Parts: sequence; structure tokens; C-alpha cells
Amino acid sequence: MNKQEFTITVYTENHIGLLVRIATMFSRRKINIESLNTSPSEEEGIHRFTIVINEFEEVVRKLARQIEKQVEVLKAYYNTNEEIVWQELALYKVSTDEIAEKVQVERLLREHGARAVVIRKDYTVFETSGHREETDKLVAVLAPYGLIEFVRSARVAIIKASHGFHEKLREFEEATPGEEQVENEFLNKQDSVFTM
Amino acid sequence: MMETLIAKKETVEKQTQTINGSQAVLEAFVAEGVDTIFGYPGGAIMPIYDALYDYHDKLKHILVRHEQGGIHAGQGYARASGRVGVVFGTSGPGATNLVTGLADAMIDSTPLVCITGQVFAHLLGTDAFQEIDVINITTPVTKWNYQVTDATEIPAVLAKAFYIARTGRPGPVLIDITKNAQLQQFEYEGYTPCTHIRSYRPKPIVRKEFVAEAAELINKAEKPFVIFGQGVILGKAEKEFKAFIEKAGIPAAWTVMGLSALETDHPLNVGMLGMHGNYGPNVLTNDCDVLIAIGMRFDDRVTGRLDKYAKQAKVIHLDIDPSEIDKNVKTTVGVWGDCKETLPLLTKLVEAKQHSAWVQRFHDHMAEEVKEVIHAELNPSGEILTMGEVIRNLNELTEGNAIIVTDVGQHQMVACRYAKFNKTKSNITSGGLGTMGFGLPAAIGAKFGAPDRQVITIIGDGGFQMTLQELGTIMQNEIDVKILILNNQFLGMVRQWQQLFMDKRYSFVDIASPDYVTLAKAYRIEGQSVSKREDLHNALSTMLRHKGSYLLEVMVGKENNVFPMVPQGCSVSEIRLK
Repeated sequence: MNKQEFTITVYTENHIGLLVRIATMFSRRKINIESLNTSPSEEEGIHRFTIVINEFEEVVRKLARQIEKQVEVLKAYYNTNEEIVWQELALYKVSTDEIAEKVQVERLLREHGARAVVIRKDYTVFETSGHREETDKLVAVLAPYGLIEFVRSARVAIIKASHGFHEKLREFEEATPGEEQVENEFLNKQDSVFTM
Repeated sequence: MMETLIAKKETVEKQTQTINGSQAVLEAFVAEGVDTIFGYPGGAIMPIYDALYDYHDKLKHILVRHEQGGIHAGQGYARASGRVGVVFGTSGPGATNLVTGLADAMIDSTPLVCITGQVFAHLLGTDAFQEIDVINITTPVTKWNYQVTDATEIPAVLAKAFYIARTGRPGPVLIDITKNAQLQQFEYEGYTPCTHIRSYRPKPIVRKEFVAEAAELINKAEKPFVIFGQGVILGKAEKEFKAFIEKAGIPAAWTVMGLSALETDHPLNVGMLGMHGNYGPNVLTNDCDVLIAIGMRFDDRVTGRLDKYAKQAKVIHLDIDPSEIDKNVKTTVGVWGDCKETLPLLTKLVEAKQHSAWVQRFHDHMAEEVKEVIHAELNPSGEILTMGEVIRNLNELTEGNAIIVTDVGQHQMVACRYAKFNKTKSNITSGGLGTMGFGLPAAIGAKFGAPDRQVITIIGDGGFQMTLQELGTIMQNEIDVKILILNNQFLGMVRQWQQLFMDKRYSFVDIASPDYVTLAKAYRIEGQSVSKREDLHNALSTMLRHKGSYLLEVMVGKENNVFPMVPQGCSVSEIRLK
């Protein structure tokens, strides 16, 4: 088994300090976070972290369990790229003159699905979204024409097989959980636990 | 209709009173049954100390000499009593001095609630006097931490703190309270203990099918072997544990943290695991067919080289912390749950058996270890005293009824190997973190946690010099702890490694000692120093019979080594007897 890209999805309470608590789980093990996004989730008041790392599955599995153990974390899932739908947003700033002068640039932008966000006399900001390779490609394409600024967001991902967090949350909110609740589902499947 | 009316009436009558945040903290303590606080005041925690002035009939406060001493005392209290230890420190250096103890409590799963004062909320982030970002500093070494800036949060936050500290796999919690919140007056509606947090599941519903699978493996086993850790003590499952091994007839070995959960003389107690553990348990780990791990976490000091650890065995792991299952050793069956619940379920399903021939193999290995190592350590023929014979003499006097608190190093391993225990919660030591300086303050806490028991702390000359300021705490509060210093005039464990693995290059392990007896005298603690065999037994007896604290220094061999030993990076079956 080689290192590969994994996307860790963490459902948490929205509390100050939790970002550090989760980030130290990675830094303590000298694991570089490729991208990290925090946002609201489908459940009101529940936060969702989307973290991308490059690691062995064994390491990711243990990491997910350590994250889930934190008091304010409700659940942690990890998935390979095949198991998710994901996007990253990128912004590009180029000189407006350059675009106006060279028809080619406009064609290139259109080919890459870029959309103008702001058009000013001196510069224009375009956006694209997609996978990293796609947004990177446009950087390379624009470079010869003077790319003034470039920025890309963290990955946001949807788990294909997920039914959302609603039921799980109701389960967790029960003060006295019933027998039917599968809190220790990872023992069922041992290896493939944190994938839904 | 009637019911709603009554309910309404109750709400109306709900009494509130105006108190400040500091009082709310102390009210929470009283409601949680706290009786002792270990702490040290300072600017940012002064309102809490001011409130404490009026609570002296309900809450005992022990003024320590250093916050590290305070938190280790809290740990000793928790470990001896099975309750939550409570510690106070001020902001800044008061808080940073707690860090070692928090890390120790975190890795050894000790329930603590630590309260630190903090500068006024409006000064946060301004580099104010004694301001430090204690929440971020302590995040990796706490089970949970939280900063309070508004007094109205205090009752609920404290309730959460106690609930988190003691449930599931216990651990330290730190609550940082800004000075304005301590002073702030608010309408207090009483204290409601916390019983549920939606994002926190301290223990699961036990899955019976996994218990059944485990029982099936055990019933088929020819050479089953139980290894247990502190989980048995933390889960208060000593009785359930004993019932299990006795019915199934399985030999059981302990980790340092599990020591005293099963009495030393129990016929199925086959000794200690790990680097300085007994010969049989280490060697036979790689011979058993089913390894049953209960409330332990396969620390590297226990497993030695992992890729050569119990590879032949099917592994059953019972633990309350799911992240421990499959962390270091891949299990065949994981049973996630509180062993107080899982063990009786397992006991019901296992067949009553006696693995006499298998148990005998542990005894055979023990006989060899006695011949090669133990006899000479406990009954040396040379003139110089050994640590082992000190412990043997101590056993004869205590008969295994004392609480033994150790520091870290050679004396710790010798004490764990040879001290006798009849009762649980009797061995208190810094296992995971290996914190030198733990012993003396932890013994202070242990005495408050178990006031009716004899508390003896065994400390090396190195570790004692790390926290000896706590002699002041013992003096002022007249705390009855017996201090037994085993002085080999070296940082012995490091020296042992330098001798064995670094060509005897004794790099900075030669540590000088003050005159400990005179030092104790300065603190009005009686004591003596002995170096001859004929004085040893009497000296120990004098110490134990002495009313109040006592310091006994025993001069032991300078270059004695602790054996057996599994050298680092070796398999448990490569354990060395010399």
C-alpha cells in the first residue's frame, strides 16, 4: 500500500480552540495538511472540517479515531478520492489590457471554464472551480501573459455514499442510547470503518 | 392539567441567589463531593482564593510549594482514591508549571480538574502581566480544556469538566477563568451535574457478538494468556477481573500501571510485563495462542519490538477507548467497552478450566529467574546493599498493605518488581510519561486520597532533588508520608544504559546529594541514613512506626543494574537475564 490522497471529514461542535486541537493531531505526527476547510454542515450548529492529507491508509485510520476521540468531535470519516465528489475554487488576477489586446487569452479562459468576477480598467479577476490539476493548468496557461495574483481554496468534498448527518446527530443527542444504535460500528468492519 | 400547574409553580419557586463566579466554582466543587484542593495562589486567581476563605469548613486547601507539586499531588489523590483530583494555579507561570503534570495525567489516564486564573478578558492577547495562552499550551495534554470569560457559564462548564474528567477513559481537564468572570456577580440557579454531552460518548453499548467471539477463542485456547493494565483499576473492575481469570484458569501478567489490581500472591498472578518485567511473561507472550489484553495500551515498554510481538497469537483486546484497539497491535477480536461490563459477560461465556501445565511453565521460568537474578537481588551476599533487599525488608514489615508511591528510574522498576500488594490502588507511579520528581508530591496527594492507609514513597536521589521543595508542604500540614530514598549516587537508569549500550561512557550521570537527613531536619522531619545491612530492617521499622512523616536514606550499590531487561529494539523473547 502506498501513500495516497485521503479526505477526512469531521463533524464537530462549533467551539473556539477546536481547530488547534484538530490541527495538533496532524502536526504531532509530523503529517502535512494539504488543505483544510471549515464550514457549516447540513445540520444547524454542526461544523464540518474537510482535511486533505497524503498518507498510508493505516495512518489515516488511526488518525481518524484519534480525532473522533476528542470531546467536541461528533464523527470523523475518511475517504479516498474515488469515494467523494470534490471541488476547489481558484481566483486569477490578470491585466485587463492584456486580455483586451490578445484575443487568445480570452479564448483560453473560456476553454478552461473561467468566469470573470470583477472587471476593472487595470485588472480582471477570473474564477474557476474544479480539481487541483484543472485549476493548476490555467495557471500555467496564463503565466506567459502575466498572471498578477493567484489563489486557490481548500478542498470541499461530498461523500458519495453518505446519507447526511441528521440521523447520527439525533442518535447522539439521545441521553440514553438504545441497543439499536451502532456506536461501535467500526468493530463490525474493522478496516473499512470510517468510510460510510 | 394538574401536572402543568405543579410544574409551573416549581419554576416560579426556583430559588436564585446572587453570587460571583468564584463562589460558583467552589459551589460546584462542593456539589461534586470534592474535599481537598491542591494549589498555589497568585494575582489572577485571587478572587477564587478570596471566596475559598469562607469555604474552609467544606473544602480543604493544601498550599504546595510549586504548581508542579500541586498537580502531582492531585494525581496521587486521584490514583489513591479513585476520585477526581482538583488543582488550583494562577495565570502565566502558575499555569505553565502545571504542564508536566497534565501530560503525566493525560498519558496515565488520571482524572483531574485544574482551574487556572487568567487575566481580565479585556486584556487577553495584550501580553498583560502573567498572561499566557494556557488553552493552546495545554491542548495536546488535556482531555478537554475551556476558557471562561463570563461567570454565568461556570456552573455548566464545571459540571462538564467533572463529567469528562472521570468518565470513559479518564483524563485531565483544565478550565481557565478570567479574573473578571471570577469577580462577576450573577443569578445562580444551583448546580446540575452533567450526564450527557452529544459529541462525547464515554462508553458504548457493549456488543455481545464480539464478547461471544472472544469467549469462543478463549474456550478453544490451549495456552491463553491475560495481560492487564490500569483499565481494571480505573474501571473499578478488580473483582470482575479476578472472577474471569479464576473461572477460565488463565495466567495473568500486569503492566506497571496495572500493578496492584490483582494481589501479588494470587496463584494466577505470574508477574510483570515489559522491559524490566519478569522472564516468563515476556518470553511466553511469544508462545501463547490467545493473548487477552484488558485495559492496557501496548506501550512500547511493554511490547518491545512490535513486529516480533505475539505474532503467533490471536489477540483479544478489551478497552474503553476505541482508538486503542488496533493502534499498536492488530487484534483478532476487539471488545470496546467498560471492562466492568464486558468482563462479567465474558466470564459467563467462558468454560471453567485449569491450564495447569501452561501455568506451570510460568512457574518454571520464574524459578529460573529466581536462580539467575532475583535471589541475588533480594538476598545479596556482598557487603553493599541492593535496592531489592530494601524492598524485601519493606514487604516483611508492610505485609503488602501499604500504598507505594514511586518516582522514576531504577528504584521504580525494582519497587514494581518486588513490592507486595494486597489491595488495589496501592501502586502509584508515573508510568507513561516517566516524570522524575513525581514521587514526593504524589505521595502527599495519596495520603489525602487514602488517609487511613500507610503511604510510603520510594524515590531515587535524582528524582528527590527535582521536587524536594514539597518537604515544606509536608512540614506545614503535618502529612504522614514515609520517604524512602534509595541513594546510589548516580542517575542510575541512565547510567545502566550507558554501561550496557554506550561503552560505559558515564556522561553526566554522577549526581551529588546534599545531606538528606539534615535537610529533612530543617523541615522538622525526622530521619536517618543507613548503609549497613544490620541496620536496614530496624531503620525501616523505625520509619514505619514513627508517628508522622519520616525520611530514611538507604545507601545502595552504585553500579547495580536492573535485570531482566528487554533491550530497546529487541523482541520480548530476547529478554536478558544479565
